[in-house]
Amino acid sequence: MAGYSLDDVNNMYVDVLREIGNIGAGNATTAIASMLQLRINMNVPKVSLLTFQELGSAVCAEDEAIVGIYLEVQEDISGSMMFLMKLDSAHYLVNRLMGRAEDYNEAFDEMDMSALKEIGNIIAGSYLNALSTMTQLTIAPSVPYIAIDMAAAILSVPAIQFGQYGDNALLIETEFGDDVMINGYFILLPDLESYDKILTSLGISL
Amino acid sequence: MGEVVKVGMADLNICKSPDVITTLGLGSCIGIAVYDSVTKVGGLAHIMLPDSTKIKNNTNIAKFADTGIEELIRRVVAAGASKSRLVAKIAGGAKMFEVSGLSDVGNIGARNAEASKAKLKELGIPLLAEDTGLNYGRTVELHCDTGEFYIKSVGKPLKII
Repeated sequence: MAGYSLDDVNNMYVDVLREIGNIGAGNATTAIASMLQLRINMNVPKVSLLTFQELGSAVCAEDEAIVGIYLEVQEDISGSMMFLMKLDSAHYLVNRLMGRAEDYNEAFDEMDMSALKEIGNIIAGSYLNALSTMTQLTIAPSVPYIAIDMAAAILSVPAIQFGQYGDNALLIETEFGDDVMINGYFILLPDLESYDKILTSLGISL
Repeated sequence: MGEVVKVGMADLNICKSPDVITTLGLGSCIGIAVYDSVTKVGGLAHIMLPDSTKIKNNTNIAKFADTGIEELIRRVVAAGASKSRLVAKIAGGAKMFEVSGLSDVGNIGARNAEASKAKLKELGIPLLAEDTGLNYGRTVELHCDTGEFYIKSVGKPLKII
């Protein structure tokens, strides 16, 4: 794909990701709903191409604490992916999972962190399954890693990876929930060669 | 305290007393503050990657430790600082996720810190203090009236270096 920068590829990639995002978020929502025994609704995911300046504050204020779950991906596609959610969403999901009162708001303990990793695992797994099914490529995720810290600090990890190829990053926002809506954010970071593989396997030639 | 100048990711700017210059949520990136205590002129760069020569797409000079620090010095000197009086303080370079092995994600923070220190040394700018590494994000502020460098982190007391 000589002659194409990541920013060009990103533009072609937005539609593809939106479609994968739809299917992936559908799968993820179903999985979470059955885990929490809830009836869950979801909205159509929003895909945006952001500059680094915009990325740091795309989820919330740059210095507001958020939950970030990071996985590395290998096999046919190599790279990584990240799932982010705000602290209040994370508390809500963990409280539901642990059968606690909805307003329980203590700092996460070790059990809660495992529960969050599991939620991240299910959500990320559902997304990657959608991508794998659409592209017929094998994708194997690593164990999830978790961090709770300032949004900009967590987002610096994908920003640095995007930064090696271009000046933009792709962010997918999903919204799901029952009476309380949860906002989740995905960042898919295939290595540059893997973009090519994904697009080629979908019949898009560069 | 005067105005607050904000520096984004892959960005840099200068500031004069009594103003404060800040960048929010440094993760694996590095915040490099330089300061001249006589003219009370300072500057702050928020770099993301260690080396512009290793990357094809390197038009954004504030993104890299090497080109970012050079530009930062040029800007503060143009604003009235004396290069021979400049001193530096740095913060950031955390490992945000405990990724196993020596993947890029695991060691980029440390590489950023190392490259920043090497560039400052090459330019003959003394590094007075640093707060780098570990596994948490940092918001930094350079107070141009005093040259103090404030470091704020989630759930930790304010640190001044």
